[in-house]
Amino acid sequence: MLFVSAFLTGVLFGLGLSISEMINPTRVIGFLDVAGHWDATLIFVMGGALAMTVPLYPLILRRNQPILDRRFSLPTKHEIDRPLIFGAVIFGIGWGLGGFCPGPALAALATGSTRVALFVFAMITGQWMAGRLQ
Amino acid sequence: MAEVNLTGGLIGGALIGLAAALLLLFNGRIAGVSGILGGIFTSDNRADRLWRCAFVIGIIFGAALYARVFAALAVQIQANNFTLIVAGILVGFGTRLGSGCTSGHGVCGLARRSPRSIVATATFMLLGMLTVFLMRHVSF
Repeated sequence: MLFVSAFLTGVLFGLGLSISEMINPTRVIGFLDVAGHWDATLIFVMGGALAMTVPLYPLILRRNQPILDRRFSLPTKHEIDRPLIFGAVIFGIGWGLGGFCPGPALAALATGSTRVALFVFAMITGQWMAGRLQ
Repeated sequence: MAEVNLTGGLIGGALIGLAAALLLLFNGRIAGVSGILGGIFTSDNRADRLWRCAFVIGIIFGAALYARVFAALAVQIQANNFTLIVAGILVGFGTRLGSGCTSGHGVCGLARRSPRSIVATATFMLLGMLTVFLMRHVSF
């Protein structure tokens, strides 16, 4: 059952990325280009998403367990350490260069574009490289 | 292009947030795309790999569904292939090292008021803006 709910929430997620146009790197770069013709769309996407998660997360976490599993799997680290900062720096540079972050890049695979596939392949390779390092 | 898509942004964002809330409610998981994707290749548990794959396939299916029902997907990539590969490697490397991306740190972490996620989100947004500034407005 866990994979059914994961699939359905994935579908909602992919629909959301498409409707908000975050699937389009030009939109994302338009947001990051603060000195140019700034595109504020991403702010509204973040706002719309947080309008759901901010009130719903605490309500859900009041439960003893999720509906389909025995326990909540939440991040255990609390410390702001070097890997967190360096990782965010490296990710930010890559995000600015291509206009793609992981969610939109996966959703954009639906276009069948080989260039999107190239990015996703490079991204998985990058994850593997970081895994080897750790 | 720079015309803000206010309704699409808000509705799409709300769907993303709802999806994240439902994944937490049903599976007890944070909807961090980089972590879910990475786990497909690192997890040694079959059931674990299965739900991760299902979520990723769901994302692709959701975008395909949009293209079928509403409008063709506009995905305009300005970067050339070399830049695209470098960008992909940096995004993969950075999100693994920094334990998250725009969804995990941005959408879910901020809702959990996680200090790590607040710092990470501010950092990658700043660096993304700086990178675009250097690319577009500074000639080397």
